[in-house]
Amino acid sequence: MNTLTLWFHKFGSPPVFHRIAVRLAPWLFGIAVVSGLAALYGGLVAAPADYQQSDAYRIIFIHVPCAWMSLFAYFFMAANAFIALVWRIKISEILAMASAPVGAIFTAITLATGSIWGKPMWGTWWTWDARLTSELVLLFLYLGVIGLYNAIEDRRQAARAAAFLALVGIVNVPIVHFSVNWWNTLHQGSTVRLLGPSRIDESMLWPLLLMALATHVWFFASVLVRARVSLVELEGGKEWARQIALGKGEPA
Amino acid sequence: MRYGTNASACAAVVRRDLLLTWRRRGDALNPALFAIIVVVLFPLALGPEPNQLARISAGIVFVAILLAGLLALDTLFRGDHEDGSLEQLVLSPHPLPLLLGSKIAVHWLTTGLPLILVAPILAEMLHLPRSTLPALLAALALATPLLSLFGAVCVALTVGMRRSGMLLALLVLPLYVPVLIFAAGACNAAQSGLPFLAPLLWLGAALALALVLAPMACAAALRISIS
Repeated sequence: MNTLTLWFHKFGSPPVFHRIAVRLAPWLFGIAVVSGLAALYGGLVAAPADYQQSDAYRIIFIHVPCAWMSLFAYFFMAANAFIALVWRIKISEILAMASAPVGAIFTAITLATGSIWGKPMWGTWWTWDARLTSELVLLFLYLGVIGLYNAIEDRRQAARAAAFLALVGIVNVPIVHFSVNWWNTLHQGSTVRLLGPSRIDESMLWPLLLMALATHVWFFASVLVRARVSLVELEGGKEWARQIALGKGEPA
Repeated sequence: MRYGTNASACAAVVRRDLLLTWRRRGDALNPALFAIIVVVLFPLALGPEPNQLARISAGIVFVAILLAGLLALDTLFRGDHEDGSLEQLVLSPHPLPLLLGSKIAVHWLTTGLPLILVAPILAEMLHLPRSTLPALLAALALATPLLSLFGAVCVALTVGMRRSGMLLALLVLPLYVPVLIFAAGACNAAQSGLPFLAPLLWLGAALALALVLAPMACAAALRISIS
């Protein structure tokens, strides 16, 4: 067995995963908070005001990284769902299900900040623009996965069913995006574009990228913590979980 | 032990499902009745001006038929799951996607087809221009099988759950969005005198793809939720 498959097998073992998650999560949260605060300073204070949107554009530093994350989380979930269904790896089931609520929250934040931004810029909280509509459908997909996972009693069967739904969804996302685009352009043409093709200035770019980094790290930290909890719940009867619960520390 | 051919197994499934529907033929009318009721609500809420109704009539007809199809989805596997014949279907030596495909076809015949048949009445109630009717019927003929096929995949995931109604709606909705957009889009284009063939072709392409893939996905989902 080469190093990569060995690492893969090790990472897939619940006790090892638990140990790694416990060690890693605080560091990841720390990095996320520090880089997030730095990015917020860069975005809200250091960056100059936009020539057109003045200070109102600053919500971009929350909105855009969250929008990226809403897609990234879905891809992460679908990739883990695929691994879970094909190779039946328990950790993947748990990781996929742990990323669903996090992704849903990122999607909700994207929609909320988008409409807060839309009110002063477009004069309306909501418009049936292609991007907004597909983001809304994405939120429904997340909620469907979460709902299905919670509706089935047996945890592993629930995870497999929800993972299957996530895979159906990943086929659906581009179709929805394409169809909504087509629908929108048929009716009213492209009326709104976020920032348009205008190139972003460097003083605004670095906080944006730093915030993207922060949200990614936060996502992984949050998923690790969630996955750890549901892993202990699932493996509650096992010896290693019992030892952790009794406070005897990690098994060797 | 000798098994029949795949074709005879499918024929048996089709015959059984048709017979079951025939024995409870009152229930089979429910989706159509529901669609009519939904359509009646719109003029009551929006006011009876023919021009206003005609402008949005195609969309209302599609939404009503989509909701009726959504309600009817529940019956696809429920009875079979309760009496255990669904498990026998999964255990049978014949390919499960084929058997499920026949079941979905019968389901479409008994719920989708009645909805298409009442569609002209719905359109007339909402003053849809007569010239748009062919586009509406063509779009419905392509869209309702798609709704049945996509719905079957989601129903297979929720089979055996007690109160699955709201959850099913949540699962199915994102899958129905593109179908609704193209079907209603074709009608709206026809109504404003634009060419409407392109969205119909897209629907047809999606139907060809779904006819092959959806029964397989449905079988995979069913194996997960029955196991």
